[in-house]
Amino acid sequence: MKISLNWLSDYVDIEGVEPAELAEKITRSGIEVDAVDDRSKGLKNIVVGHVLECNRHPQADKLNICRVDVGEEEPSQIICGAPNVAAGQKVVVARPGARLPGGVKIKKAKLRGEESHGMICSLQELGFDGKVVPKAYASGIYVLPADARPGEDALALLGLDDTVLELDLTPNRSDALSMLGVAYETAAILSRDVKLPETAHEEAAEPASGHLSLRIDAPEANPLYAAKIVRNVKVGESPEWLKARLMAAGVRPLNNIVDITNYVLMEYGQPLHAFDYDRLGTGEIAVRHAAEGEVIQTLDGTERKLEPHHLLITNGRQPVAIAGVMGGANSEVHDGTTTVVIEAAYFDPASVRKTSRELGLRSDASTRFEKGVDTNRVIEAGERAAALMADLAGGEVLSGTVLFDALDKEPKRVTVSPDFINERLGMKIPFEEMEEILDRLQFPYEAVNGQFVIDAPTRRVDISIPEDIVEEIARLYGYDEIPATLPVMESLPGGLTLYQKKRRSVRRYLEGAGLYQAITYSLTSEQESQQFALETAPVTRLLMPMSEERSTLRQSLLPHLLEAVTYNTARQTSSVALYEVGSVFLGKGEDGLPAEVEHAAGAVTGEWTGGGWQGGQKPVDFYTVKGIVEGLAAELGLSGKLTFRKGAMDGLHPGRTADVLLDGERVGIIGQLHPSEQKARDLKDTIVFELNLERLLKEKTEPLLYTPVPKFPSISRDIALVVPKAIQAATLQTTIRANAGNMLKDIRVFDVYEGDRMEEGLKSIAFSLTYLDPERTLTDEEVSEAHCRIVAALEEEGAQVRN
Amino acid sequence: MEQQLQQLKEEALEAIASAADVKSLNGVRVKYLGKKGPITDLLKGMGKLPAEERPKMGALVNEVRGEVTAELESRMAALEEEAVARKLDAESIDVTLPGTPVKTGNHHPLTRIIEEIEDFFISMGYEVAEGPEVEKDYYNFEALNLPKGHPARDMQDSFYITEDILLRTHTSPVQARTMEIKKGKPFKIICPGKVYRRDNDDATHSHQFTQIEGLVVGEDIRMSDLKGTLDRFAKKMFGEEREIRLRPSYFPFTEPSVEMDISCFKCGGSGCNVCKKTGWIEILGAGMVHPNVLRMGGYDPDVHSGFAFGMGPERIAMLKYGIEDIRHFYTDDLRFIGQFRRTEG
Ligand SMILES: [Zn+2]
Repeated sequence: MKISLNWLSDYVDIEGVEPAELAEKITRSGIEVDAVDDRSKGLKNIVVGHVLECNRHPQADKLNICRVDVGEEEPSQIICGAPNVAAGQKVVVARPGARLPGGVKIKKAKLRGEESHGMICSLQELGFDGKVVPKAYASGIYVLPADARPGEDALALLGLDDTVLELDLTPNRSDALSMLGVAYETAAILSRDVKLPETAHEEAAEPASGHLSLRIDAPEANPLYAAKIVRNVKVGESPEWLKARLMAAGVRPLNNIVDITNYVLMEYGQPLHAFDYDRLGTGEIAVRHAAEGEVIQTLDGTERKLEPHHLLITNGRQPVAIAGVMGGANSEVHDGTTTVVIEAAYFDPASVRKTSRELGLRSDASTRFEKGVDTNRVIEAGERAAALMADLAGGEVLSGTVLFDALDKEPKRVTVSPDFINERLGMKIPFEEMEEILDRLQFPYEAVNGQFVIDAPTRRVDISIPEDIVEEIARLYGYDEIPATLPVMESLPGGLTLYQKKRRSVRRYLEGAGLYQAITYSLTSEQESQQFALETAPVTRLLMPMSEERSTLRQSLLPHLLEAVTYNTARQTSSVALYEVGSVFLGKGEDGLPAEVEHAAGAVTGEWTGGGWQGGQKPVDFYTVKGIVEGLAAELGLSGKLTFRKGAMDGLHPGRTADVLLDGERVGIIGQLHPSEQKARDLKDTIVFELNLERLLKEKTEPLLYTPVPKFPSISRDIALVVPKAIQAATLQTTIRANAGNMLKDIRVFDVYEGDRMEEGLKSIAFSLTYLDPERTLTDEEVSEAHCRIVAALEEEGAQVRN
Repeated sequence: MEQQLQQLKEEALEAIASAADVKSLNGVRVKYLGKKGPITDLLKGMGKLPAEERPKMGALVNEVRGEVTAELESRMAALEEEAVARKLDAESIDVTLPGTPVKTGNHHPLTRIIEEIEDFFISMGYEVAEGPEVEKDYYNFEALNLPKGHPARDMQDSFYITEDILLRTHTSPVQARTMEIKKGKPFKIICPGKVYRRDNDDATHSHQFTQIEGLVVGEDIRMSDLKGTLDRFAKKMFGEEREIRLRPSYFPFTEPSVEMDISCFKCGGSGCNVCKKTGWIEILGAGMVHPNVLRMGGYDPDVHSGFAFGMGPERIAMLKYGIEDIRHFYTDDLRFIGQFRRTEG
């Protein structure tokens, strides 16, 4: 909302308060002032000129040589390129030495050999937004009224001797969508009075009701409808002051009748509509809901198809306006209009809101109706418009108002005690100061048994409960006055849950292991949403996605994580190690909500070790990442419980993928990207993992108990085997473990060889076994005996034991 | 014999002095002090001397042997030291070459900010509460005093899944859910998490972002308690010198509602580009919990009151670290994330 201070001072005295100071006060007490626009800033030496002569420039088709009276003895010669310049006009002249917005300086100049002493200005050149410039002057110079005096300062005429405050309103303060509302607010802040606009006007003897009948078929949606009739109006341009105020408020002037309805809309926050009585044609206004499939052409020339819950103003036969949203083209006021019907009505906020949303039509009117206009000023606003039409358009107001009124205009009564206010704030504001604030707000109240019984003015639709009064008192008393204390309450332990603690250690572990934390988007394309998913479930798709790319919730973290890897490798970061902890969304969970399962995923590509001047660079491989996952299991106390087996997943290398199992259930996957996937993503060898973190974190682990440090020495024995390539290390380990007896403490693979020196199809694998008895020193004989059992068992399974 | 002894001593001392290394010095030791050496011979020849001369000669021989031995040992030590020094010299390296890099990653800057905020409030006795990112309209709006058709719903255009289910637009539904769980008991929580709004991604908007909200409910919770809590938070997060100020604002779930500004940490309040010349920076929104919200959460507003606050970790990170584009947080460029490793202060 743009507030012209010149306009505001019609209703409240702001004398002696600098605009910046006023803006600060308004901001600190409740309504944020976004900008303070001094409209005269940078403007200088701009006067009214009278174009005495206007002749085509001999050297240039599009230029005119004008002789302009600027209030001095001699007229000035000014070259003007505007198509609408003509002799006899009063125009805005920037004289030599003048300043225009953007630091433009006007100097004497020669244009195609002719001297020009200044410039005739368009409104845009004076800093007006093209959107508010009247259409007639949109692509040319502005023409002032004939009574403007040459040499007079043009800034005042154009309303540029003004400062405009731009308010950023929160949705509750719809009262400030009007000059009057802002006047009440300003008056409360400055402790001054409010002066209301003049609504008195003469009326003809003839009653309006003789010319117009009114029927309201939907009183819930339209509880109040007031119509005034003004006849013999002369449609034309509005006076300069009115146009200037509308433009300052951001409204484009059109003609005096429409301008007056807009002016009152801005003044009262009450939207009005003006119908051409003759075009209405029936002498009747009937308000009803639309019929199925009914169509109206609105003022903007668009055909709109309506639904049965849309409220219409009709002439009894056909729609003439969508109630509270936009007028129809068929009944619009035009240059030849002589009789006007002014509509001042109250439409149900929810109904207007729904209609304007559904039709995609948001107007100054609908934004005000949908927040609720002041029930007690609807009729008054209509009177104000009639008074202005009589005054500015020469109209004759017929007597009385054609009225339907079933609107509840009772103020909301709020009862609140000063103690409640002070307790809620943690303050000790004296009773008298609260009274003073209520007076400044012009909230009528009575003090009954130590309580305030307040009738909240109907302009303040946001006031309805005691807490609202707490806020009103506090904001005007000043939030700076509130002391700083801490809650006094039973002491609560606080802290992280076990799950949250474990999740933090997972992050720290993965970072310690060399991975950087990524955060990617949860929304992806439907097509990609299930790629790499550990468990697929119905997808969760948005009703109205902004793009297909962000239409569906992910079921795996990997697609976006891999996108981030590619993003990095495409920018000269060849080694990338990223992880993410985040939720995946599995449709058909409880309550219709998808199950959200927290996962951890990682993706690593490029060199893993080395990279310094010492060399030793080694690219990441499957075992690097498996080591990270095993380390994570150790971190979470799941070392023994997490097992691995050959796995498979689309997009992963079929020979280099492992399922991660917890109690036999798949809880994760580790693998190298499939070569075709790597190619598609423009990546070198990339190893990924994804784990159902939630499952891992919720797994109960044994309490951490100390195992005594062995007092007796252990004995190590190595076994080197030659086996077919397909035999897995895990199988051999199982055999070893099964035959070793309980002295075996540890099995470690320390060498695997599959190279040229081996026979085709065979590999060698060497284990180091550690034997220990915590109670005594083992003898060589017992270890040898166990070792022989193992060797025998392995040989039985086809392994050759090498010595 | 005495003379012979004197000469022998001089010879030995000269041989020691001229030995160039440990090996030749060991040769000198064997030659003069060995079992077949001249001094041993002299001792063996003592028997031939008259009995009265023996003690004197014996002492003399021992003295010479002692002197030679001592000299030999000191020379030996010197030579060994030299050898070590030569070896060490040969082993010296260029210490200015870079060390072997330690490969570690680090937190995403948002996690860094969120954990810092969590830890502050945990120290004040808060729990960390979490909730689903896909929410029911009821928890996201209705339970927060935003019934269907409420004009404030415009403030946050949402991603709906069905008519009643949407991606949460703020972390406030966790507040509503927590009230149901706590069943009328007092509590203090903060709720961090991802939220979603229907925005086109640009330098200042992101359809996905994070929030942290706090909620305290108990008997006699006052607005001054909110101010005191926020004041401590601002000082902890942005420096002890920070001042805060509250400005009236509007949120449907609080009444009164405020916005909190902190004095600019860059210019200290004199005005700069960070604070847009105002000296103040808007950090968060807050307020006293609306009685309707308490009521819907199963708390009696006549008995209980509370305060709530909410902020955007992205905004805080952008202000704190001078980040100019919100999209950096979701691009995961290592040249960006890698900058948030070190400790501060
Ligand atoms: Zn600053």
